[in-house]
Amino acid sequence: MIHGDTMSAHGSESGHKQTKIYKIVGAVLFAATVATVAAAEWHHLGIALGIFVAVFIATFKGSLVAGYFMHLFAERKMIYWVLALTAFFFVAMMALILWTRGDQQGQPHGIFTAPQETTQPHRD
Amino acid sequence: MSAAIEIPYVSTERPDTGLYNARLGVWLFLASEVMLFGALFSTYVLLRTGSETWPSGAQVLNIPLATLNTFVLIGSSVTMVMSWAALQMKNFARFRLFLGLTLLCGLIFLVAKGFEYHEHIAHGELPGSSTFFAIYFVMTGLHGLHVIGGLIVNGYLWGPGAKMWQTDPARFTNRIEVAGLYWHFVDLVWIFLFPTLYLLPGK
Repeated sequence: MIHGDTMSAHGSESGHKQTKIYKIVGAVLFAATVATVAAAEWHHLGIALGIFVAVFIATFKGSLVAGYFMHLFAERKMIYWVLALTAFFFVAMMALILWTRGDQQGQPHGIFTAPQETTQPHRD
Repeated sequence: MSAAIEIPYVSTERPDTGLYNARLGVWLFLASEVMLFGALFSTYVLLRTGSETWPSGAQVLNIPLATLNTFVLIGSSVTMVMSWAALQMKNFARFRLFLGLTLLCGLIFLVAKGFEYHEHIAHGELPGSSTFFAIYFVMTGLHGLHVIGGLIVNGYLWGPGAKMWQTDPARFTNRIEVAGLYWHFVDLVWIFLFPTLYLLPGK
């Protein structure tokens, strides 16, 4: 240890409290990972609900990582503005994708299936 | 005669933003990374919804290995933030221990990923084999490159870069904080990649 001996009692106490929070968040993340795998193994959910549950748990885990480990729950206002702008463009990008998909409804074999060659009636 | 120009706000916060340079810089970089991975996730959505059939991860991917990797990467995020907290408490030995554990976890992740890739290649499952494997290799490969990048930075800060702790401890603590922000982002991306690629049901 190079600078370790001059630590104040208050700083040490606050630091220990902080590390305890990190350990608890880590434990919750591990538990949520087990829940994600268990939910995926439970086939009764079906496709739509299965996707919803997986994305919901991932969002919950992501919020914990961003909020506690990346200190986003107590960040400066400017960072929130940067992230709000990013979120806006991210949502716009996803919306464009879904819009594209919506435009292709009614094609039972998927939008990337090459269209079958059509033969024009032959004129004499 | 040489005059050294001192760059302001490398360890102190700017009065107007309340942020030091590197912290704002890394957050802006992470914003661009959100768009990069966001583009790939939206590509995945478009390819999946637009395809007639799509395999479930359980059929073609190694779920136990990927689950292990998820635990390893989450563990590495915990040790990364603990290493920063150790510097806050001015405990350099504890910092070295936790950052060392972070490096170890990152290496374990890459080795497990290597085994997984080897398994696919041995079975002839390559990016050109199917749309699923194309997007799988692109997304996990790009994520793997980010892990390698993080390991290089963390390795430098654990080794030769740690000398700064003796000359400018506040700036070094800030460096660990921003390296941590990047590392947690890499973990965050995996948190979404894991269920998306490995756990979603097929159709």
